Amino acid sequence: MAEKKKMAPRDNGSPDYKKFLHPMMAKNYGKWKYHENIRSGVNMYVAESGDRLYVVRAGSTRTMSVDTVRKVCDIADKYCQGHLRFTSRSNLEFLVTKKEEIEPLIKEVNDKLGFHVGGTGHSISNILHTQGWLHCNLPGTDAAGAVKAMMDVLYEDFINERLPQRVKISTSCCQINCGGQADIAINLQHHHPPKINHDNMKICEHPKVVAICPVAAIRPAKKDGKDTLEVVEEKCMYCGACHGQCPSMEIRDANTDTLAIWVGGKSSNTRGGPSFMKLATYGLPNNPPRWPEVSDAVKRILNAYKEGAKEEERIGEWIERIGWKRFFEVTGFKFTKYHIDTYRYARTTFNTSTQVRL
Amino acid sequence: MSKKEESKTPMLDELEDGPWPSFVTDLKNLAKKKPAIGQLLGQLEQSYEERWDHWLGTVINTPGYGGGIIARYSDIGNKFPDIAQFHTIRVIEPAGWVYSTDALRQLCDISEKYSAGILQFHGMTGDILMLGSNNEKTLEAAEELMEKGWDIGGSGNGMRTLACCIGPAYCEMACFDTLKTTKFLTDTFISQLHRPEFPYKFKFKLSGCPNDCACSIQRSDMPIIGTWRDEIQVNQKEVKKFIDEKGEEYVVDNVITRCPTKCITLKNKKIEIDDKNCVKCMHCINVMHKALAPGKDRGVTILLGGKRTLKIGDTMSSVIVPFMKLDTDEDYEKLIDLVRRIWEFWTEHGMDHERVGEFIDRVGLGTFLDGIGLEPDPQMVRHPRTNPYIKFEELAPPKIGGEPKAAPNVVDKEIEGREMVVEMKK
Repeated sequence: MAEKKKMAPRDNGSPDYKKFLHPMMAKNYGKWKYHENIRSGVNMYVAESGDRLYVVRAGSTRTMSVDTVRKVCDIADKYCQGHLRFTSRSNLEFLVTKKEEIEPLIKEVNDKLGFHVGGTGHSISNILHTQGWLHCNLPGTDAAGAVKAMMDVLYEDFINERLPQRVKISTSCCQINCGGQADIAINLQHHHPPKINHDNMKICEHPKVVAICPVAAIRPAKKDGKDTLEVVEEKCMYCGACHGQCPSMEIRDANTDTLAIWVGGKSSNTRGGPSFMKLATYGLPNNPPRWPEVSDAVKRILNAYKEGAKEEERIGEWIERIGWKRFFEVTGFKFTKYHIDTYRYARTTFNTSTQVRL
Repeated sequence: MSKKEESKTPMLDELEDGPWPSFVTDLKNLAKKKPAIGQLLGQLEQSYEERWDHWLGTVINTPGYGGGIIARYSDIGNKFPDIAQFHTIRVIEPAGWVYSTDALRQLCDISEKYSAGILQFHGMTGDILMLGSNNEKTLEAAEELMEKGWDIGGSGNGMRTLACCIGPAYCEMACFDTLKTTKFLTDTFISQLHRPEFPYKFKFKLSGCPNDCACSIQRSDMPIIGTWRDEIQVNQKEVKKFIDEKGEEYVVDNVITRCPTKCITLKNKKIEIDDKNCVKCMHCINVMHKALAPGKDRGVTILLGGKRTLKIGDTMSSVIVPFMKLDTDEDYEKLIDLVRRIWEFWTEHGMDHERVGEFIDRVGLGTFLDGIGLEPDPQMVRHPRTNPYIKFEELAPPKIGGEPKAAPNVVDKEIEGREMVVEMKK
């Protein structure tokens, strides 16, 4: 008889965050008064008790070896009483209680980790990215590489707070767009219906693949006497929903996939509330290892934004004020029929007034 | 396998230049002690050359769990045998992404012992990703993680790992305890997280204030966002200081005129706020955070139905509970009750792969509110309908067509205890 292995406890749940809080956070929990930006990348949080917590933000690579994580721990042990935190955009936050330790900490972060301190206030925060070719089963590009190359170009705007408002950038490797809404987003675009691998169709549940198509373009079919699926090409909008459901519905194409850039997404409820991003330009080549055309286009948007936006205006709010006509003028991107929505609620995106900028 | 198989990676090498830290350099260093990483870089290099992915996805489950492991097989495993099986474990992160170095080192040790030694902080859902173990080691790693008090989960058609902002741990804007609520919801619904039982995934994200640092409206099915229903706290002394420092013009340009409902005015270096018309957008508080603060009567606004692109384009969540308190155990019970009703109705009537927002779009928000036993509220919409074709249930002649409908409408589903969850201000 095979030996039955002991099973570890099940359903432990969420780890107890109270054990992980920095002592100053635990002491002043819920009793914070205000915060102040004391230099780029460093915020000071002042508690009602008078305690001051300095939060030093550094951009990580998100994908880290255990050795790098241990180096991070060494620094946190030395300066942060063994506590730290990550932000939603894969920044590290070192928690310091003595002001004089900020600069030595930053030096170690720079020297030992090679990470930069910044990403606070009116700067570019760390770029969100998805798994890409490193570990996903669906990607048409590698967001991690594009992010690294882009941050090389943009990092001055990460370490300085010199933009009109914060700028959040994200990337996505397929049209599921895991990277999320952002002020500027770089997303992959497919250009033809899925190519069906009929020999491999047996591994998927056909009804599920049919049902997932948002435009009802997939239907059952017979090929060489075997059950398979077919795609009505006129209906298909190349979203790739079927590919996620069934690997035999291959939507990607190394020769034709391109990248598109979207602008004006915002999560916060401030002022006009959250907004979705809109298409700025498309057809950029999927060009590893450094995707220079993408960095150029992003830089072009950022320069125009820096030039033209008022203080406190996010990219979407700036464009709303100056109008899309002007946006295309100042960025030099061409407005084409592909910028006009064709999907549900398209009419709600048309200009139904005489309000035009002449 | 011989160690000589380390591939050359000219394209990836180009990602080692430049001021931003390079994951390639980091992984190359790791490859010195983990030969599998050399092969991982080899496969990645091939992907860069061919612009083609080489991972196949499938499902592996640890006993008692229906989620938590993302299985990946290389489709060129004959060339890179050490990464033929290279799975990811999704580990539930501590609320607010706060860590002790002890905890991080423990994760490092487990990662190094059973897998390739790559960690990601964090996945797009918010969980810790531990990359690179084979079938057997994945299960062993999961056992050791659970033995040490960690937990895994959050994949497939179930509840996903929650995410929240830093909240009251250091932010003065936090209007409710995001960390406590994240842990509470995770632990309460741990079964739904481990054993997928829904039409499709379900995500909660929690933000302490309407700045929504967790991006919850766009990235989760059920955002819970802190807010207040009394007056913004104004410290006029600090207001005066701010105006003296920045100038009146700055305050008019960057605070007063930016208010979406024009409810803030400046008179004699004092700020007056028409709080009845304040929509809690946070802008003035963000700019003058020493002078202004959220009110004292705090609670949450709950929304529903957000998701990313597939299949119908992005949707934002919309308001379902304009305000409720979230302080006492009873408040938390009410929240649990609301979640259960939503899940019950959606699971019963939702179609395969239909997120709750898509489900609401299909059946209509009115029908959905009936189904979960919530009263309609004008704050749930931007404005009432403009389309005049309405099926008034009460005004229709009885038994139209002679016979009652054979198949009950989804509205007919009865849910016990239909009292309102929403608390209205007296």
